[in-house]
Amino acid sequence: MTETLATDAPARAGVEVRLEGLTRRYGAITALDQLDLTMHRGEFIALLGPSGCGKTTALRLLAGLEDADEGRVVVDGKDVTRLPTNKRDMGMVFQAYSLFPNMTARQNVAFGLRLRKVSETERNKRAGDMLDLVGLSLQADRYAHQMSGGQQQRVALARALAIQPTVLLLDEPLSALDAKVRAQLRDEIRRVQLEVGITTLFVTHDQEEALAIADRVGVMHGGKIEQLAPPADVYHRPATPFVAEFVGLSNRLPATVSGKDADVLGVRMPLVDGSIPNGAAIALVRPEAVSLTAVPEGASADSDPLIGQVVATSFLGAVSRITVDLGEHGTVVAQLPTSDATAFAGGTLAKLTLRQDPVLVVSL
Amino acid sequence: MTDTVAAADVLVGDQPSRAGRRLPLSWLGAVPFFAYVGVFLLLPTGIVVFEAFFTAAGQPTLENINALTTSVVIQAFIKSITLSLISALLGAALGAVLAYMIASGPPDGMTRRLWTAAAGVLAQFGGVTLAFAFLATAGPVGLITLAVNNLGGDLTGSWLTDLIGLIVVYTYFQIPLMVLVFLPALDGIRPQWREAAESLGGTGWQYWRHVAIPLLTAPFLGAVLLLFANAFAAYATAAALISQGGIIIPLQIRIAFTSETVAGQENVAKALALGMIIVVAIAMSLYAMMQRRSARWLR
Amino acid sequence: MAAMTTSPIRQAPGLRARKARRLRLIRWFLLLVFGLIFAVPLVAMIEFSTRSTDLTGPRTLEYWRQIVDYPDLISAIFASLELAAITAIGALVLLVPTMVWVRLRLPKLTRIVEFLCLLPLTIPAIVLVVGWAPIYLWINYFTPAQYQTSPLVLAFAYIVLVLPYMYRSLDAGLQAIDVPTLTEAARSLGAGWTTVMVRVITPNIASAVLNSSLLAVSLVLGEFTVASLLNYVNLQVAMNNLQQANAGVSIAVASAALLFVFILLIALSFVGRRRRSGGVVEPFPSGTGH
Repeated sequence: MTETLATDAPARAGVEVRLEGLTRRYGAITALDQLDLTMHRGEFIALLGPSGCGKTTALRLLAGLEDADEGRVVVDGKDVTRLPTNKRDMGMVFQAYSLFPNMTARQNVAFGLRLRKVSETERNKRAGDMLDLVGLSLQADRYAHQMSGGQQQRVALARALAIQPTVLLLDEPLSALDAKVRAQLRDEIRRVQLEVGITTLFVTHDQEEALAIADRVGVMHGGKIEQLAPPADVYHRPATPFVAEFVGLSNRLPATVSGKDADVLGVRMPLVDGSIPNGAAIALVRPEAVSLTAVPEGASADSDPLIGQVVATSFLGAVSRITVDLGEHGTVVAQLPTSDATAFAGGTLAKLTLRQDPVLVVSL
Repeated sequence: MTDTVAAADVLVGDQPSRAGRRLPLSWLGAVPFFAYVGVFLLLPTGIVVFEAFFTAAGQPTLENINALTTSVVIQAFIKSITLSLISALLGAALGAVLAYMIASGPPDGMTRRLWTAAAGVLAQFGGVTLAFAFLATAGPVGLITLAVNNLGGDLTGSWLTDLIGLIVVYTYFQIPLMVLVFLPALDGIRPQWREAAESLGGTGWQYWRHVAIPLLTAPFLGAVLLLFANAFAAYATAAALISQGGIIIPLQIRIAFTSETVAGQENVAKALALGMIIVVAIAMSLYAMMQRRSARWLR
Repeated sequence: MAAMTTSPIRQAPGLRARKARRLRLIRWFLLLVFGLIFAVPLVAMIEFSTRSTDLTGPRTLEYWRQIVDYPDLISAIFASLELAAITAIGALVLLVPTMVWVRLRLPKLTRIVEFLCLLPLTIPAIVLVVGWAPIYLWINYFTPAQYQTSPLVLAFAYIVLVLPYMYRSLDAGLQAIDVPTLTEAARSLGAGWTTVMVRVITPNIASAVLNSSLLAVSLVLGEFTVASLLNYVNLQVAMNNLQQANAGVSIAVASAALLFVFILLIALSFVGRRRRSGGVVEPFPSGTGH
């Protein structure tokens, strides 16, 4: 696993959380394989990956909702591995349906305080404060079935934070919501988290979410973290082919490695990771690193490997993605501002220009 | 133009402008059903309700109602209610436990499917057959009776025809019914609620006390009411076990039906039946109320 | 930085695993206990019906064989089977066109039809039979002499008794298919009403039809209240009458009938039972027509 520190993260409140060598098996399936993760004080870490990669298992192990077969969970220096969930003092937000249906929003939020024998006036006041924090004071006396999905999740967040936990855990909290609500709510969550300064683990399969709000993103695959780094690094400097292909789109282009550079279709690009042996390889190039220009006079697809025929165009609003067929080198997706993209209609020839960013290369 | 006319011909629902022409024809389609139900459901009910207040000769009278105030009948009402209430409560309690055991296994597992099918089948198992089964078990020469007597006991199996026997037999029947009625409510309990309660610091008991029990109270009470109505209205099992006698109201109806009655009280059976309707109707409407309440929460 | 662990730290089975195992054990134990309790009366029936006829001999199927020695019993069995068929078919013929028609043309009547169909749940058989007595006297008056003791005429009453269960089952089936759309499509392709009913709607609710028919059959086979109080002899009445005369045979017949209904219902559970919605669940028709 490759790990890069978020060096510009200021010291905040919150505790340090360490997952050490966590392993969890279900019969023949290994859901988590010697997972190591250190969360710094007040840090917001997103675990990102496809279903089955183990991200939810990692979160549930941290919460105590599953037992670890091997490894330790250390919170603020204390080994809590054997501690039951109700003694771990962690706030948790589930994907859906977690509000108690027989209680109003206020009663839900006050529930944890009630268990801690806080007086009724005091806990109602604190519940009211938490609901203010998430912007739902008007819904305080409504029941779950009277609220929208987004509102329910905000109440769930308020409820988790009301007990002033040491760690905040969010298990795909936005997956069940509409796209617009999702974008709003994820910013809400981040805002609240920054305000409270709590160490947070956020699990999601949506890379846009992870990249948008996390301090560091842990991309998981097969029970292991393949890369743990700030969002920009995960995106621009993917450490493994899986990360490169899971996060954002990747074009696979033929390349020839020599030393610290690779020759991709005639363009020399520096390598992210210099450990690939010289020779033929595959370069993973992002569409936004690929642009299109008009074909110069006299040039054709045979003379220049970067010239190909436009086969498809996707209009995505501000940008468009254009698929160009290079013949023997396969198809490439380029991304351009839509105003520029209109020049390249289907069937016309276009010439690719590759930005000379550091590129990830994998063996054939 | 012809297209829209043809299209209007296949449109469903009453068009306001065509209502005048449409109404008679459409309603014809419902006539057979209403006629049948009118004659064979509403008419007998009406007969029971009205003729309870008339003599056989057609004179209005309260004699039939008065017959309900004799101590025999009052005793029968009390026994009926006792029998229904106890078998409902026992059946509900035991059935809830059984349902919980069934629900806490894997949802697609063999055990669950087996037990659900068994419950469906056992809830079917009533009337004469049930009576026979218990006679074969605990009757004078029943399996258990003989076994106990061989070991030195002295059972006669006559307890089966007393109230206590009916309670046992009815409870046997109520438990599978409870499983069928209560299982959906248990399935509506989401595992996230328990996990959320734990993450907030709650123990198992606290989860049950603050979340699960409040949620299950309405469905449970509704089930008790349904079981009560079911037991109260039952006839065949008791009739097969008790060949003569009127320990409970349905058996009183049998007596009133089949034997000679005092002049002016020929319609006592109807009065008894009217009493039964009232009790069952109250129970069923309370049941419906409970169902509506729990439907809000347990989807 | 990653913690430098040289060897994996093994954990003993955690709290959750222990709790889960304990619950599993309790579960198995209780299910076993309940299973035994429910099995006892059923086993007792089989045991009773296979006792030797003179109380000292070995087990025998003599009582079962003796079933055929009672012609009244045999004719009652056939009568009940015929009744079951007539009731199921009659109820279907009454309900399916009505329910489809209401969905298509008279949606405002839905509530009333539902209320009426579910009414027999609130008005038990023992009550209805009191009201049916005079009606059946009247029916008897019109019945030709040689059919006057035939229990087949009970079908009129039985159709009412099966209404709630059939309605629920058919309603679920009709809800699953979009009746107005299917009908519109068929009609726009030129189908007449009979074709719509028989060849478009019915095949699509086949499993609901089968399901409700099986329910009706099991209810009719188990019905005792109405038949006995109106003095007709059906299967249950015949069985009950035999109780005093020959307990062994009556229990053998009861076991056979029970087995038959059980098989019917197992078959029912394989015929597309739709997932129940979390709300109202109808109780199954209890064997008496309670």
